[in-house]
Amino acid sequence: MTASIPNRKPAILALSDGTVVHGRAIGIAGTTGGELCFNTSMTGYQEIFTDPSYYGQLMMMTYPHIGNYGTMSRDDEAGSVMIAGLIVRSFSDEYSNPIADGSLQEYLSAHRVIGISGVDTRKLVRHIRTKGVMNAVISSEILDEAELVKKAQEWDSMVGLELATKVTRKEAQTISSDGPYKIAAFDYGIKQNIINNFVQRGCTLRVFPAEAKLEEVEEWDADGYFFSNGPGDPNASSPYGLPMVNYAKQTGKPLFGICLGHQLMALSEDIPIKKMFVGHRGANQPVKNMQTGLVEITTQNHGFAVDEKQVDTSKVEITHINLNDKTVEGLKFKNFAGMSVQYHPEASPGPHDSSYLFDQFLDMVKQAAE
Amino acid sequence: MPRRTDISKILIIGSGPIVIGQACEFDYSGTQACRSLKEEGFEVVLINSNPATIMTDPMMADAIYLKPLTTQSIKEIVEIEKPDAVLPTMGGQTALNLARDLQHEGFWRDNDIKIIGVNMDAVDITEDRQLFRDLMESIGIEQCKSRTAHSLLDAKEIVEELGGLPIVIRPSFTLGGTGGGIVWNEGEFERKVLRGLELSPVHQVLIEESIFGWKEFELELLRDKNDNVVIVCPIENLDPMGVHTGDSVTVAPTQTLTDKQYQLLRDAAIKMMRSIGDFAGGCNVQFAMEPGSDRLVAIEINPRVSRSSALASKATGYPIAKIATKLAVGYTLDELPNPITQVSSACFEPSIDYVVVKIPRFNFDKFSGVDEELTTQMKAVGEVMSIGRTFPEAMNKAWQSLEIGRSGLGADGYSDPDRKTVRERLLKPYWDRTLQIRNAFKYGASVEEIADITKVDPWFLQQIRYMVSLENRTEGQSLDSISKEDLFEVKRAGFSDVQIAWLLSKSGEKLTEQQVRNKRLEMGLKPSFKLVDTCAAEFPAETPYYYSSYESENESIVTDRKKVMILGSGPNRIGQGIEFDYSCVHAVLAAQEMGYEAIMVNCNPETVSTDFDIADKLYFEPVFWERVLDIYEHEKPEGVILQVGGQTALKLGKKFVEAGIKIFGTEFERIDFAEDRGEFSKLLKRLHIPFPDYGTARNAEDAVAIADKVGYPVLIRPSYVLGGQGMRIAVKEEELRRYVEKILQTHPENDFLIDKYLDKAIEVDVDSVFDGEQLHIAGIMQHIEPAGVHSGDSTAVLPPYSLSKLVIETIEAYQYRIAKEMEILGFLNVQYAVKNEEVYVLEANPRSTRTIPFLAKATQRPEAKIGVKVMLGAKLTEFDLESKLKNWAIKEPVFPFDKFPEVKKELGPEMKSTGESIYFMENFNDEHFRKPYEFKNLYLSK
Repeated sequence: MTASIPNRKPAILALSDGTVVHGRAIGIAGTTGGELCFNTSMTGYQEIFTDPSYYGQLMMMTYPHIGNYGTMSRDDEAGSVMIAGLIVRSFSDEYSNPIADGSLQEYLSAHRVIGISGVDTRKLVRHIRTKGVMNAVISSEILDEAELVKKAQEWDSMVGLELATKVTRKEAQTISSDGPYKIAAFDYGIKQNIINNFVQRGCTLRVFPAEAKLEEVEEWDADGYFFSNGPGDPNASSPYGLPMVNYAKQTGKPLFGICLGHQLMALSEDIPIKKMFVGHRGANQPVKNMQTGLVEITTQNHGFAVDEKQVDTSKVEITHINLNDKTVEGLKFKNFAGMSVQYHPEASPGPHDSSYLFDQFLDMVKQAAE
Repeated sequence: MPRRTDISKILIIGSGPIVIGQACEFDYSGTQACRSLKEEGFEVVLINSNPATIMTDPMMADAIYLKPLTTQSIKEIVEIEKPDAVLPTMGGQTALNLARDLQHEGFWRDNDIKIIGVNMDAVDITEDRQLFRDLMESIGIEQCKSRTAHSLLDAKEIVEELGGLPIVIRPSFTLGGTGGGIVWNEGEFERKVLRGLELSPVHQVLIEESIFGWKEFELELLRDKNDNVVIVCPIENLDPMGVHTGDSVTVAPTQTLTDKQYQLLRDAAIKMMRSIGDFAGGCNVQFAMEPGSDRLVAIEINPRVSRSSALASKATGYPIAKIATKLAVGYTLDELPNPITQVSSACFEPSIDYVVVKIPRFNFDKFSGVDEELTTQMKAVGEVMSIGRTFPEAMNKAWQSLEIGRSGLGADGYSDPDRKTVRERLLKPYWDRTLQIRNAFKYGASVEEIADITKVDPWFLQQIRYMVSLENRTEGQSLDSISKEDLFEVKRAGFSDVQIAWLLSKSGEKLTEQQVRNKRLEMGLKPSFKLVDTCAAEFPAETPYYYSSYESENESIVTDRKKVMILGSGPNRIGQGIEFDYSCVHAVLAAQEMGYEAIMVNCNPETVSTDFDIADKLYFEPVFWERVLDIYEHEKPEGVILQVGGQTALKLGKKFVEAGIKIFGTEFERIDFAEDRGEFSKLLKRLHIPFPDYGTARNAEDAVAIADKVGYPVLIRPSYVLGGQGMRIAVKEEELRRYVEKILQTHPENDFLIDKYLDKAIEVDVDSVFDGEQLHIAGIMQHIEPAGVHSGDSTAVLPPYSLSKLVIETIEAYQYRIAKEMEILGFLNVQYAVKNEEVYVLEANPRSTRTIPFLAKATQRPEAKIGVKVMLGAKLTEFDLESKLKNWAIKEPVFPFDKFPEVKKELGPEMKSTGESIYFMENFNDEHFRKPYEFKNLYLSK
């Protein structure tokens, strides 16, 4: 009977400011580190773990029970797990879901993910909320607190970090080819459900790598350009991102950006991006559409944002704002046919309130083509 | 977009007396609605016949009508008040049905009254199952296959279409699913269909395919006039389909849905709300999902606040009724702040970082012959909610909250039923299913076996099995050997010190709860208090709403103010309901007015006392010794108030005394003394006050000897019980022996009393407050039914209608003498029997009673506040004690016999009513007096 009390190795989570908490190892044994962020979604852990925007980050889930329904391939947002490590309050080794492929433990092990369970996650969320985001390490092999704190301090800061090229596909790929309109999507870490949204709407979709060659993009001659979400500091993605945005702008075809793509589009109009104190990560963020007056409950995952104090309204119109902290969530560009949002209309996990943005973009594409 | 300006006076319809399916959650929502409207400067007119509600307190509305909830009353009120609008969504199905009836008469239109918070068309759609079904079909929402029957013949045809039994019967327009249920076999089919047809006011029932065993979910929605919609809280039922949601153990948030599945529910719920109308307000939607697939069917939608919305509010901190009211008067979600954080928007979906478990409370013990199997018709009389960081923690805390003598989910000193009983008990849904699941694991059953029998989702079973594994690990250890780490894990899983003491005693000496407590405190294991903040700590929140958990950071900062801790009354049950919560709320207000910081401890999600806006600090915790003591030791208040929370709080009195903690008001020894019939009778003798002849018995022989001495009929009463539990009248020896046997089974440790039963005596109930010098008689209530019918089940008239001046003076004198002699400080209730002009004392209760709110409403004096303030040191001379009652007020009990068709209606010394209403009468020709007077002896039984 005692078999259902999991026997796990001790593990330690150490933050760069010296905070240390003890727990038990989940996933595989080892040491890992990254920026410690938290997500408040109560469902959708697998989608979160595989979201490329989280590449290199330690993910702390605020909902205490994680692993309840196991894992299934339809919930993957990318081909592998993207988070650098996992922190939870209570880990379900067992699960209940007749259509699952296996347990979360099996999944984490297969993907070589290091994690820690049994942690007072709420205390750490409050800590980050007041102190700001910081780096941390998780280890089940080094149990020396001081050493781990030092490791956390030495871990690369997210500021200036270029990560999109680590998660982008290597080659351009045509996903679907039977639609009337051609969309070129730039993959900085594109989520599977963004691709699904385009495919479901009958687009001919070709996904280009982050550092695609201009000639191959020119040659494909899309009817609309999409710039995806992705990890890291947007400024660090400018060297390859901006030339592509600027190319797309001068084609006169519509542009659409999500998350990192949104930030690149803003940067291309000299609107600065700032690092946020805590960031937005969850599936319950209220965003007001300033054009319709309606509110969408959105999925968000960003630690950088358009600096709302430095928005040049001669170049852009702020179309969406976050109702909680009034940060900029969406822009419409005045110098070219473009729109972009900071949040994730493809959801997954999260509410479907914002999927209309894909329709809006495709309407723009249709109009421009006619 | 500020509030609408085209209306200024709003009528709110309450839900009336507490019945099964409609309890004090509607006082909670109605109170929020009143406050919310007053805040906005609206004039509020209120109708509710339930005197025990906070919403009918003078400060809640501008005009309050304590009148029967009938269309006639509403018409009269409208004639006088001329409101511009009516808000019918806060008073449950009662209010919606009244509004609907008046709508069909064209009354609202004729009087130019706008309906806010709902469309009447939406009510029609949701209440007419065929209309609802057609609409859902048209918007692509799947339903279980079904059809409406108007006759038994119809019903038979439909069953054939559906492929035979089992099927589900749902009568149209009945409260709490009255008359509904699953039909398993031919034998019960005709009977149940006919009963459903009879009970339905429109005589139709829905015959539905059985989706018994599917997973069940509920979502609470809010929408504003711009059509913004948010889901406040998804709830998952641990009991799968087949058990009414009010009778199910439920868990928030959902535990076993993937995000893709949850979003199917969310999309469907929003689509459904939009399809039934464009009103601004709240909605509750129920779904079933086939395990192992994404097949989803809609069960029902309710366009109003509900029991579940109250639960969702308490579970998340998001005040649904308050916000729904603001939306009904024109605000939009995006312009309202989240009242919990103040810094974020109300237009969002709460994220919680803990687990909430709700367990319903039943009272089958009150109704012999009742069918205890849970069905689609609600049978629970109340509920508890608990909050823990994990499911095991919340589950154990919920069992600690139930107040049925348990200290957690098993492992608490009760002997486990044998294997066969456990198996039988699991075959059908019963109230104690989670405990039987635990027992089955103790016997080595597997998750698969139990899932197969019960259809409970394996995730919940895995969690319970983990709890049992912790039990098993602990059993082998001793207090000296158990490691801090192991003990911490067990405490984190919500196990009480009582459970741990029992488990550790298994392999060694018998331990006490206190020994375990000492040990864990030595090890530094004590709970921290976490905030309920709607947002999983993403934003700072100031609202002082806490729960305990074995974690590492405490968020409840202790102030340096003088404080008092008030213990709530726990789950509603027969004998202890909303009346006690009413007094608790007033105790909070009284303490605050006396300069105290008021700390509330309670676990009943339906109540006003657990609204985070009421007390200075709310601990949503079991009223269970260990939990209460943990809070006490954290807060260190000056003392505690036990006399407002019914028996729940009083039961802990002895432990407070032993711990050296101050109890405000009458000395606890004196309170205890009133329960000791021997001591109390000596006191009466000293005071030369008559009482029925009695004797104390321990067994049947004693009892028979006493009965022979005092003469039959006799009244048998166990000590320390509530609502006359186990009390019986015996007219002959054979009966007496039978009852005694029964009492010894349920209360083996207690003495019990054999009283001479005063046949055909008049019973009189007197509430008062004594400050050491002056006695304030709050009211003398004369019962219409004879003594022998429990006071809670009697029709009581204030002031007395047939007592002589001499009898009244005698009663007043006795009341004073008893108060003085018992050194009462605060409340004193005494019950008398009057026979042949002689006054006998039946019992004394030195605490706030069920009748205090009735008296407060009848006399328009804040009786509960007066009592509590006196306990805290005020003198009666400080209050205006003049009664504003003209003529008579009648307290009318309400019974749940319609929910238990297999039970005979009979009244006796054991209370059976669930609630009461107040009625003001001008003369004795009134049928509210004449009817009960005519039938006064009819139902008297044993």
